Amino acid sequence: MKKIFASLFVVIAITKASAQETIYPAPAQNATIALTHATIHIGNGEVLNDGMIVFSNGKIIDVRPTANIADIKVFDCSGKHIYPGLISPVTNLGLNEISAVRSTVDDRELGDINPNIHAAIAYNTDSKVIDILRANGVLLANVIPDGGIISGTSSVMQLDAWNWEDALYKKDAGIHFRLPYLVRYSAEEDALKEGMKQIEEVRQFFRDAKAYFGESKHEHTNIKFEAVKGLFDRTQIFYAHCELVKEMMVAVEFANEFGFKTVIVGGTDSWKIADYLKQNNISVILNQVYSLPAMQDDDYDLPYKTPYLLQQAGVLYCISDADQSTRFRNLPFDAGTAVGFGLTKEQALQAVTLNTAKILGIDNSTGSLEKGKDANIVVSDGDLLDMKTSNVAYAFIQGRQINLDNKQKQLFEKYKYKYNLK
Amino acid sequence: MLFLCMLMLTLLHAQETFPVNGVADERSGSYAFTNATIVKDAQTTIQNATLVISHGKIVAVGANVAVPKDAAVIDCKGKYIYPSFIDLFSDYGITPPKAGNGNFRSYQNISDTKGAYGWNEALKPETDASRIFASDAGKAKDLRSIGFGTVLTHQQDGIARGTGAVVTLGDSRENFEMIKEKAAAFYSFDRGSSSQSYPNSLMGMIALLRQTYLDAQWYKNKPATEGTNLSLQAWNDNQALPQIFDAADKWNVLRALKIANEYGVKYIVKGGGNEYQRMAEMKATKASFILPLNFPLAVDVEDPNEARVVALSVMKNWELAPYEPAMFEKEGINFALTASGLKNTDDFTANLQKAISDGLSAAKALEALTRTPATLAGIYDKVGSIETGKLANFLISSGPIFDEKTVVYQNWVQGTRYTISDNGWNDYRGNYKLTLKQGGQTKEYNVEVKGSPNKLAANIQATGDSVKNDIKLSVSDRMVKMNWSGKADSSKLNSLNGIISDKTWMGNGYSANGDVINWNMQYVSAFVEKPDTAKKADAAKEVTGKINYPFVSYGWTEAPKQEDLLIKNTTVWTNEKDGNLENTDVLLKNGKIASIGKNLSAGNAKVIDGTGKHLTAGIIDEHSHIAATGGINECSQSVTAEVRIADVIDPDDINIYRQLAGGVTSSHILHGSCNTIGGQTQLIKLRWGASAEDMKFANWDPFIKFALGENVKRSYNNQNNRFPDSRMGVEQVLVDAFQRAKDYQAMGPNKRKDLELETLSEILNGKRFITCHSYVQSEINMLMHVGDSMGFKVNTFTHILEGYKVADKMKARNIAASTFSDWYTYKSEVQDAIAYNAAIMQKVGLIVAVNSDDAEMARHLNKEAAKSIKYGGVPESEALKMCTLNPATMLHVADRVGSIKVGKDADLVLWSDNPLSTYAKPEKTIVDGVVYFDIVKDAAMHQQIAAERNRLIQKMIAAKKDGAKTTPATVTFDVQNECEIDHHEKNSIWD
Repeated sequence: MKKIFASLFVVIAITKASAQETIYPAPAQNATIALTHATIHIGNGEVLNDGMIVFSNGKIIDVRPTANIADIKVFDCSGKHIYPGLISPVTNLGLNEISAVRSTVDDRELGDINPNIHAAIAYNTDSKVIDILRANGVLLANVIPDGGIISGTSSVMQLDAWNWEDALYKKDAGIHFRLPYLVRYSAEEDALKEGMKQIEEVRQFFRDAKAYFGESKHEHTNIKFEAVKGLFDRTQIFYAHCELVKEMMVAVEFANEFGFKTVIVGGTDSWKIADYLKQNNISVILNQVYSLPAMQDDDYDLPYKTPYLLQQAGVLYCISDADQSTRFRNLPFDAGTAVGFGLTKEQALQAVTLNTAKILGIDNSTGSLEKGKDANIVVSDGDLLDMKTSNVAYAFIQGRQINLDNKQKQLFEKYKYKYNLK
Repeated sequence: MLFLCMLMLTLLHAQETFPVNGVADERSGSYAFTNATIVKDAQTTIQNATLVISHGKIVAVGANVAVPKDAAVIDCKGKYIYPSFIDLFSDYGITPPKAGNGNFRSYQNISDTKGAYGWNEALKPETDASRIFASDAGKAKDLRSIGFGTVLTHQQDGIARGTGAVVTLGDSRENFEMIKEKAAAFYSFDRGSSSQSYPNSLMGMIALLRQTYLDAQWYKNKPATEGTNLSLQAWNDNQALPQIFDAADKWNVLRALKIANEYGVKYIVKGGGNEYQRMAEMKATKASFILPLNFPLAVDVEDPNEARVVALSVMKNWELAPYEPAMFEKEGINFALTASGLKNTDDFTANLQKAISDGLSAAKALEALTRTPATLAGIYDKVGSIETGKLANFLISSGPIFDEKTVVYQNWVQGTRYTISDNGWNDYRGNYKLTLKQGGQTKEYNVEVKGSPNKLAANIQATGDSVKNDIKLSVSDRMVKMNWSGKADSSKLNSLNGIISDKTWMGNGYSANGDVINWNMQYVSAFVEKPDTAKKADAAKEVTGKINYPFVSYGWTEAPKQEDLLIKNTTVWTNEKDGNLENTDVLLKNGKIASIGKNLSAGNAKVIDGTGKHLTAGIIDEHSHIAATGGINECSQSVTAEVRIADVIDPDDINIYRQLAGGVTSSHILHGSCNTIGGQTQLIKLRWGASAEDMKFANWDPFIKFALGENVKRSYNNQNNRFPDSRMGVEQVLVDAFQRAKDYQAMGPNKRKDLELETLSEILNGKRFITCHSYVQSEINMLMHVGDSMGFKVNTFTHILEGYKVADKMKARNIAASTFSDWYTYKSEVQDAIAYNAAIMQKVGLIVAVNSDDAEMARHLNKEAAKSIKYGGVPESEALKMCTLNPATMLHVADRVGSIKVGKDADLVLWSDNPLSTYAKPEKTIVDGVVYFDIVKDAAMHQQIAAERNRLIQKMIAAKKDGAKTTPATVTFDVQNECEIDHHEKNSIWD
């Protein structure tokens, strides 16, 4: 009992002691921690009631029904729910601070084919958005450059670090291909023809790259080609940003020609060709659930139930929240909304944890609460996916108990003080 | 020179003032058209009649008219004579003006037009088509070839377009072609070439028209403060003419006519071809219409992935638009037809025939092209029927004018003949005897000339032989060519050439062997026409879709009715003292909440089982931009209090239905935030399928939208040249506006009525209430101070993401707050936005609502409200009020909506779960006791929509196969309005 009080005290102390600029990244985990008596949502669909999770040196060493263990720090999580840290798969986090203020935007470069642009090196660990996401249970984010046709290289970042180097979770993990629309916006412009021309340029780029890697010795080192090397040995992921069937078919065809490990990002109409995507081993990062249907005629709830449609079809998919007004903070509720439209709660959770990890290629180390994985853990007072109960009590990244304070909470405190509110 | 000679030949009357280069050549131009079927007008046809014209006019018409000796006779046996067509909406002979060089980013305050004209460049009432008209021989020929003889032409540029002139479509001097200099005044909702900033929205155009009616009235007394204003003078002068308004859309028809009613004028409205979608409203206007025949082309939807992006409404419009004229006829609405808007003039005839095959009577079609337009333009004394004294403007055709097979031979304009087709004018069909003389030998043949008069066919048979060979026969201007071959050697042709002289054909030629031939051919007997058996079976009546209301997917074919409903055994969130009532029944009667209690008796009411579900008041969105069309901002001035959302409500917005599916029952539709005083707002109920007028929330206190901060000082634009450019300037805009309003009020009667200042006066008089878009505490504080000093009160601050910083000051003035739940850091002024804002303001004691601004977010305002539980610990019952009762209170309608209380409107939502849960969704949304959204019906509609789409896709593909012209599939866009125009919310893939 003593230990529990001690640990609670520590948490509160951290919350109270810091202003925004003094919300420090946590030091490395130095003692084994057990979270006990919780409902543990593993992330793979399983739920463990009155469970216990133990982690040490940043890694999960045990997940099982709560039992007595001696001499370790224990957080009694009675009544609480434990989840894997959520992963936001499509963000410009740390690259775009205030989209309306140009000087704060670092998420796109000039030119059409820029695979050699690396998002990670511009990632600003002091972005005010990061703390907000952590407080909602998002502990990892895929940080993606925008612009052009081949936008650049993304990295997965963990959200508690002093600088981008320390924040790297998976460096240069993927290349981003933004397909042009292949439907017409006006009768005058033949979008298909124009789009296919652009796509052909990209295809040529990759064919040239392939030939380049076949050279025994390079007369000139081509840094654009060098940047996509990992696509050919499948250590990098080929992210094809597209929405409609034709564009997705082009993406699949690219995957087939070059053997790239391919993920569709967006996938508004992916449900229409779910079987085809499944056959070709293409996974999908869906647009945020909170979206309008693409067309007048579409079911009003189509974006809400697209996760369910892919789930039924057996396609590997995950849910994103790329919202630029709420800045990705509603990822758990996007997943929760999909529960109202077909998914089970555990499936929805999986769509923002383990599925995401699989798609981003980081499921060896995160995405579920399983032995051997990083201790990326969220503890919530209630159901994390339901906004009326979602309240993150503790969170751990690689075993480090992170500070859940943020500027918004601090302003809340400041004005509670002003108005003498409780 | 050659051209001049031709002109002089066709001139009937020399113009006395013009010198002649040569000798005088005056002719009377007297003709008698005999033996014709003369259709004098749509009601009167005379058989075997004679028409006499002279000096370009009709001098006699009738069955027993004697042919004058001085008239050239034209035998019209078997032919029909019709009055030629009249088009009221033409720009024939008018060069379009050059487009202005203004753009959205560069502000232009007043007109660039040089001279003593009015302030607004889009108003050009002084334009006089008669002064800029110049005949256009090519265009005249095109129009004559489709049957027109007279047009009312005007410069199609601007909102007030000046006057149109009536001209005939001949090739003589303009002096003769122009038969009325000013026949009508024209208006539109299109600013045209104006480069001036104001107005940039439909609501701005409506405001401008309204203000101009007032200004013109005021100008009648020649106020010294105005000087000479030729535009207002022309406006007043034009009022005596028929007024023609190019509405170009069904809802714009109603918008235009509303202005007309307000100012006691009458508009003839030109439609856009979609009026058939709201026939009841069209009929109720009692207006006369000009309907276009530019029916939409079939969309090329052979590729299913291209078909995907074409909305059902587009496909339905393709199918149903050709029915519009027939529907107008059926409803007894007065209308004329126009060729305006056709990309290809030639399509006119085919489209007219399509309209007739879709139910328009031929008589009405003729009327709509002759008497109706002539009457509307006040020129029926000159054209529009075949009557003595009228212009000799008529058509000669081979048969009933609108029959598919009919050929129009000639279009006479003011007594001058213009040949459209000679082909078939003479009916050469019949049985002939052909005699060939070849090297002293004579051979005889029987020749049968058959087919139709304009498409002759023939065969030849040697006398006494049984073999018939086809002849290739062509006749042009009496010159004949015939060739054929004997069966023996089909590569060798007998070729004859000759001339037709009455019943004898004769000429020369060569035999298949190259021998010289002389020939003649004598008429023997008449051709006997066989009945046409190939005619398509009319029995296979075309299947068409139904019109739905509104005309988009999920519109009703039969509107849901108000029902008495008993919702049984549910959890009732009353929002009243009673709090939540478990296992409770709610009875709805006549659109109101009739009783609340346990085990209520249903009586005649339909019972809905609410077990396990939750019933709440309908969601009210304090800040919405849906269901408005033509631009959500009148961005062109900092103060546009005169513009009204009420004028531009769009009942066809699919977001209405989508938001019903999210539990919304009322929405406060606001302007964007482009300027400091945006304009008058409108509260609507989401009565899906109703007209704009019927969607309005009855008897509500009028509101006005203000805005502060980055958007109004145009921070997104590096080159702003519109005042203000800073928050300091915003304050002065407000001070100035209200000071002007005060001075205006003090001016007493007989002042120029100013719609902007009238509106601001309403605020000062406590008759209109402010909702103000705002973010940072400095500006919020500022507006409260301006209000204090000027003597007005702010009702609501909307968005107000820093409201938590000045909640005490708002509380002191009893100002409400309507906020985003959790937006932040998308622009500079929201860096201190916090998700705890709603909770703090609520705890301080403000009336707090959560709002959407955004068509997607409005679909789950219950969840936005629920965030106040997470961020700040607001109790559930208070959280729900943030999207129901609280917005009702701040909109002054809490006496009717916002809670579940006996006597209030039956605007309710039945939820699958606790409405504050992320997992909850509406199963039924009820407005006024009408179930507008039902999750079960919705699922059925998905099936119907899929089936209807498939039917139409098949039909379009079939049409393409049959040779119909098509247009490529393009994405059907739905406009998503938002006031945060400086950042882009990714709500739809088309953004």
